[in-house]
Formats: sequence, C-alpha cells, structure tokens
Amino acid sequence: MKTKQSEVSVQANVHPGGRYAGAKAAELAELLDEPACVHNKKDKSGCAKTKPGATAGGCSFDGAQIALLPIADVAHIVHGPIACAGSSWDNRGTRSSGPTLYRTGMSTDLTEQDIIMGRGEKRLFHAVKQAIDDYSPAAVFIYSTCVPALIGDDIAAVARAASEQWGTPVIPVDCAGFYGTKNLGNRIAGEAMFRHVIGTREPDPVPESAMARLGPGIAVHDVNLIGEYNIAGEFWHVAPLFDELGLRIIGSLSGDARFHEVQTMHRAEASMVVCAKALLNVARKLETDYGVPFFEGSFYGISDTSQAFRDFARMLDDAGLAARTEAMIAREEARIRELLAPWAERLQGKRVLLYTGGVKSWSVVSALQDLGMTVVATGTKKSTEEDKARIREIMGDDATMITDGSPAALLQAFKDYRADILIAGGRNLYTALKARIPFLDINQEREFGYAGYEGMLELVRQLALTLEAPVWGHVRRPAPWALHKAAGEPLTAAQEA
Amino acid sequence: MAEIIKRSKPLAVNPLKASQPLGAALAFLGIRNSIPMLHGSQGCTAFGKVFFVRHFREPIPLQTTAMDQMSAIMSADENVIEGLRVLCEKNRPEMIGLPTTGLSETQGADMRRLVRTFRDRHPQFAATAVVPVNTPDYSGCLETGFALALEAVIDVMVPQSALAGRRKKQVNVLCASMLTPGDTEAIKEWIEGFGLRPVLLPDIGDSLDGHLVDAENTPLTLGGTPANEIAHMGESVATLVIGRSLRKAADLLKERSGVPDHRFDHLLGLEACDAFTLALSQISGRPVPARIDRQRAQLQDAMVDTHFMTGFLRVAPAADPDLLVALGQFFAGVGAEIVAAVATVRAAVLADMPAAAVSIGDLEDLERGALAQRAQLIVCNAHAAPAAQRLGIPLLRAGFPQYDRVGGYTRTWVGYRGARQALFDVANLFLENHHDIPVHRSVFWAGTARDQEVRPASGAGLVGR
Repeated sequence: MKTKQSEVSVQANVHPGGRYAGAKAAELAELLDEPACVHNKKDKSGCAKTKPGATAGGCSFDGAQIALLPIADVAHIVHGPIACAGSSWDNRGTRSSGPTLYRTGMSTDLTEQDIIMGRGEKRLFHAVKQAIDDYSPAAVFIYSTCVPALIGDDIAAVARAASEQWGTPVIPVDCAGFYGTKNLGNRIAGEAMFRHVIGTREPDPVPESAMARLGPGIAVHDVNLIGEYNIAGEFWHVAPLFDELGLRIIGSLSGDARFHEVQTMHRAEASMVVCAKALLNVARKLETDYGVPFFEGSFYGISDTSQAFRDFARMLDDAGLAARTEAMIAREEARIRELLAPWAERLQGKRVLLYTGGVKSWSVVSALQDLGMTVVATGTKKSTEEDKARIREIMGDDATMITDGSPAALLQAFKDYRADILIAGGRNLYTALKARIPFLDINQEREFGYAGYEGMLELVRQLALTLEAPVWGHVRRPAPWALHKAAGEPLTAAQEA
Repeated sequence: MAEIIKRSKPLAVNPLKASQPLGAALAFLGIRNSIPMLHGSQGCTAFGKVFFVRHFREPIPLQTTAMDQMSAIMSADENVIEGLRVLCEKNRPEMIGLPTTGLSETQGADMRRLVRTFRDRHPQFAATAVVPVNTPDYSGCLETGFALALEAVIDVMVPQSALAGRRKKQVNVLCASMLTPGDTEAIKEWIEGFGLRPVLLPDIGDSLDGHLVDAENTPLTLGGTPANEIAHMGESVATLVIGRSLRKAADLLKERSGVPDHRFDHLLGLEACDAFTLALSQISGRPVPARIDRQRAQLQDAMVDTHFMTGFLRVAPAADPDLLVALGQFFAGVGAEIVAAVATVRAAVLADMPAAAVSIGDLEDLERGALAQRAQLIVCNAHAAPAAQRLGIPLLRAGFPQYDRVGGYTRTWVGYRGARQALFDVANLFLENHHDIPVHRSVFWAGTARDQEVRPASGAGLVGR
C-alpha cells in the first residue's frame, strides 16, 4: 500500500491540471458548461444564478463534500472556519462496509488570527499531518471554503507539499461556497477526482475464488457507478445482483467507495450514472479520455432497476450476460411483486404529490405507479429537459409540473390536487407535518433504503406507515372543548368539505 | 376485542406478577403518617420492603405481624393485636394498613374481628385508624391488592354522608396502582389549573416522590393523603376515578357519599387526556386554560414528528391489566402494533386491549411472543431487561419494579406532557436501535484490500425489519 500511495502522490502532482492557485474563472466557466447536460441548450439553465432572498439549497462546498464524503477511507478535511464543517459533518445517511473514517469530522477551524496573519496554509499543512499520523487515511481530501478562497490560501500548493512530505495522496478540492450552487460543487468534486485520482492505479486482478463461484464460461465485467451514494446502505439491496451477474464494481462515486478503487475507474468497461446528473462530467470525461461508455439509470422502482441491468448487458455486449440478466430479472420481479401485492392493495389509488431534490422525479414516479398510486404532480425544479420529457412520457402530456418549491406553494398544490401524501426531501418534512399531512422523506438524510427490488418493500412499508398513521385523525380533530375552532382543520378535509 | 389466553403451564418462568399484599402496602404508603403491617411471616414484609426500597430508592415503612411456627399453627391473632399495639405505642400513626398474606389467609384469619378485639382492649389508640384488607398472595396481583386496599380505606375512613358538593371546589381522585408519583403530581397540577382542589387517594406522589426532609429517621410515611381529608371526601363536588381496577372502590365511595364520579381507564395519550380535561372543564365550569391548550398542541406536534418511528412499530408490552391496556391504547393510538401482550391476571379491562390476544402469563411468555412476532420494542418492568437483551431489542420500562433505573419510579406518563415525553423516548429507542440494511460483501473483494478492513460493528437485532 505504501509504495502505491507514494506513486500516486507523484502522479497526482505532475498532472498538468494540478498546478493552480484557486479556481480560475475559466475553469469554473468550463464546469458550468456541461455538454452532456440538457440544460446547456437553454438560456435558463439549472446552473442559473441564485436569487438573493429567495434561494434554498446548498453551496458549492456542500455539493462537493456530499459527492465525495462517502469515500470511506479518506480523511476529509474542511479548510475554513468552523461554520462549514461544524454544521455539516456526519450529516449524511451514507453507509460504509468497512472504514468509518469518513464520519470523522475534520476541519482546520480557522481563527481570526489565522485569517489576519495568513496562517491558514500553515495550519492546513499541519492539519494534514495530524490526520495522516492519527488516522492513517488512504488519502486526504482538502475542501476549500469561502474564507481561504478569499484570502488566497493556495490549497493546491499545500496539498502538493503535504503529499510530498508525508507520502499520502492529498487531493485539493477547490470548492468555495460562493463559486455557486450545490450542483456546481458536485461537478467540482467530480473534476477533482478526474484530475487527481482516477487513472492513478490499475485494478486488482479478479479473485480466483470469485471466478470459481461464478462458474466456467462466465465473463467478469468491470463497471463503474457514478452518483450512487449508498444512502442508508440501500445499495446493498442491489449489490448481490451485481455479484451474481459477474459485474464487478471497480469504482464508485462514491457510495461505500475506497480511494484505491476510485483510482481505477478508468479501466471500467461501462459506467452507470445513477440518478444525480451532477457527476455527469466524470462519466463524460471517462468516455472521451478513456473510452468508457456510460448510461443513465436508476435503482428506484422495479422497472428502473430491471432497466439498469438490461442497459449494462446491452452496453457490455455480452449475450450470455444478457440471458442471465433476463433470468435474474424475471425471478426477482416475480418474487418482489408477490411480496408487494398486499401492500399495493392498501396503497391503491392514493394520490401523491412528489417534490424531489436529488432523486430523479420520473424515476420515483414509475416506482409509485408500479404500486397503483397516482402521482398528481411532480416537482421539476431540479429536473433536466430530458427528465421532463420522461415525466410526460410516464404521466401523460397533462402531467402537472411544479417549479415553485416554497412551503406555501407546496401546500397549495397539495390542496389543489387533493393529494394524500407529500413525498419530498427532508427540508420539506416539517412543512408537511405542521400542515398535518402524511410525508415520505426521499432525501439523503433518510434512515431507510429504497433502492432495488428489495428496497420497494421498505418503500411501501414507509408509505403505508405514514398514510395509515392514526395520528392524523388525532391531530386534525379540534379539542372537544373547542368544537367550533378550526385550527385543527386539515387541508384535505377542508378540500373535501 | 382481545382474546384472553389463560395460563396453561405449570411453571412461571421469570415472573411478571407482584403479589396482592404488595399492592395493598403501596396503597397504604400513599396515606400520611401511616404504616402498613403485613399479616404474615416476616419474610412477606422483608421481600416487599426490599422490592419498594429498590424501586423508589427510599426508606419504606413496612411492618410485619411476624408469624412464626407456633402462631402459624396455634393462632396468630395475638400477633396482630400485639403488632397494632406496638406500632401505636411507638409511632402514633394516623393509620395502620393491615393486609393479609397467603399464610394468614390460608390459616383463616378473621381480620375484622381482630381489629374489634384490638379496639376493645386498647381504647387509648382510637385515634389511629386501622384498615384491614384481605389480600391473599395466591390470587390477584399488585394492582388488585392496591384496589382492595383502597376500597378498605374508604370503607373504614369515609363516613356515610349526604353532603356531596358542600366543598364546591374539592374533587376526589381515586388513583390506581399504575400511576407513578410523577403522574399524581401532574394530575394535581392539571386539576388545580381549573381552580379545583384535588384530594388524591392515595397520594403516593406526596409520600414516595423522593424528597429530603429535616427528620433523619421517619418510621411512618412522609406524606400522602391526610386522614382528615379522607374523612371529608364525601363533601366533594365530584370524584375522578383513574383505572378500571378501582371500579369497586369507586362504587363504594359513591354509595357512601353520593358524590358523582367520572371514570377513566387511564390518562395516557391525547384522547384520554382530552376526556379528562373536558371533565375538569365541566366540573369547574371554567374554560380550558391556554397553558393546557398549548401542551395539547405540543403533544400533537410530537405525535406527528414521531409517527415515522412509532408507526407499525411492533410492540410487546407486559404489565398489570390497567397499565397494560393504557400502554396498548397509547401505542395503538400512534400507529404501533401490539404484537404480543402479557397480563398478570384476568380483568374485564383486558377486553379493550387493542391486540389480537392477551396472554395471562410471565416474562417467558412475553419473550417467546416477542420473538415469534418479531417485536421491535418491549414495554415492561426492569425484569424484562435480560429478555430484551437476548432478543436484541430495546426495553421501555413501565410498571413495578424498576431496579435498574434512577428516577424510573417517578416518570410522568399521564397528561399531554407525559405522553409527549413517552413518544420522544420511544422514538429515540427506535432510532438508537435502528437496524441498518446488512452489508453485502462482494465476491470480488476476496484477497483485496477490502478483505483486511476493520469492519464496523454490525447492528444485529430485530429492529428495523
């Protein structure tokens, strides 16, 4: 491991892109121009400027950190005052099968003196040493934040120097919050991986024991997952199927990932971009620079899960794999549909208002329709043009799309469309609960995994749980001594009346 | 309506039940300047004393008639009379509770006659009320013994009268054994919020709440319902009865005094609290204070916030009937499922348990039921801790005894705030024990660096799925 790591650091250092002090305007402009992104063709893109006083959502630092934090054996150091790390560390539902270093919050916690006296870089250098000495990480990632970016800390230089000094790869991620949105932060993270990490190591040979278990004549294909975060460990619902089909995941960005695996992602035969569009730049560059083709898919819902495996088989162009994939799909779909049947009965006809963040709006729509539920409207604020086309395809041309995600607008939509449940990200949770309406959280902080065939069981359980909860009746009824009071009137009841 | 499954095995394994004399003693401990004296062998009292000392973390005044071989065979009548005389002489209690035990009941002690004999022989102790009660160990449980003692207190200490309503602001509260000192305090505040003056019988919140006093050694109860308050319960405007087990005691009080009563099975959860609040508003003729409306709204908010954790939660409670049904209805009210329920004895109230069945049994039954039904939470006294540990699921402590917790005895379950805290605690137990999706270790990891990794402790357990 040691020798490999020092090799890596050398390689990372000689990379032509590695020499820069702070993000150049040109580089940011390049990141904002994502040819594979459909928004690119429109004036009003998903990366549009934010509006003071009317903006929700995270900054670039947030986006970069959440994209990379799941790499479990890395020391993630946030370089900046405590605000950035202090209010965001250990705040994500991602799970690791091994190291838990990613959950150890690390920040340079810059003081006023550091900033005035320009001691930030020095502190960062020693912080890297401390992280390496105390935690022996596979690598150190340095996330820059607004203050060091403003005062001109050269985190790339610190990373280079630290890497040379301590022999552990140190990767700068120049992602100051003011650069832009969370989405841009995701891309900055992808760019950092592509520049400094991917392509710096060759994959391990396929273990013979694995070959033996697969049986003779079955080829192992190396694949990447991009934009899969193993929230609540949900990917473990799907992972056994990859094993079964002989698909080896050599690298993931970044669910349950390891640094040394991310290094080998250039050797995959295909990449799947899971849900988030934000790391599309990595997939695109893997294709252009290394010839790794990619497709976009999702593991939410039965049909999407099956489609993802079909797409792998198609892209890998292996007839045997295609046949085994179909057999697996037939078996799994039959199994899960039987298990879902009693739940689907309970959920049949329930009306859903969907307002999603990171998870593709259309992807969840098909999962809900699989259950006989009606999606009355879906939020498309973060959806691409392609997503919207898919939505129309699935929901019909009169599909209602909501772009205003403010609490008032969501509640109004809930009322207008006579919905039974709001499915949205965690930030809308208490909007729903205060309005006394059932809610399902599909954001990254959630505690439950919904991916794959197996995940559908958890999804229906959680849907039924909130829809059927007796608490709604209790909280909607006014107190018996205040029968004339209307404070407890629920939105739906008001609608029905 | 829950099916009641009778006890069908000869051996009680990890018993759930505490005996009747203990319940009677507890009721007497809620009366001021009193002391219970169990009529039985000294062991009956010694065990009971330890039981309560460990639960309440308080010195417990409890005496015994100390039957020995001779008195067990020849007659223990003198033990009772002598015991009463000694207690009166030494401590001048306002009341002595006199529960029987299995031993004295089997022997056939006639407690009423013995009290009469004591009165005849020692008229100088007439100021001390003596309340005998038949509480054989071999029937009932703590809850029934408690109820019997309360009935006996009313019988002895509340005179026949027709003065109901003379004290316009006074309400009686008959408190069943499921109520903790924290509960009775909350009930008092609740009632006082309507400008009413509560007389709780018994008032273990006043005696067993754990408060330091100047006196270093106190042979009698440090608080509780004063005897003269009990004597004037017939002048109240209303009686609030909490707990179905007190049905007969409530009947007797009503018969003696004509005070109208309002009966509640329990005060756990929103609906029960609403019913109680409404009754107080009607009795007092006052509007519900804004403070209570606020607490109600806080509980509603907690119900909504925690429903993700309480919904479909598979709960296995075990307790005396009143508490069991209270817990069952509380949990069912927030979407949980009662998948296994064990009661100590049969009781009419069990028919209202929101469960398919209630077993009359022990903690072995609870453990087996919880395992078979994949329960995610046990609600029981502290004796269930090893079972919960074996099952790998959390335990919410409720009932007697709670040896392994400080302050467990004074937990407030009743009222809007009590329910809110209970919901928070249940939800937190769920979150702490949330069972992650099991790690899948790929076949392709064999021999790679992944193989050498230190793996996080697996959250093996039943919670989650």
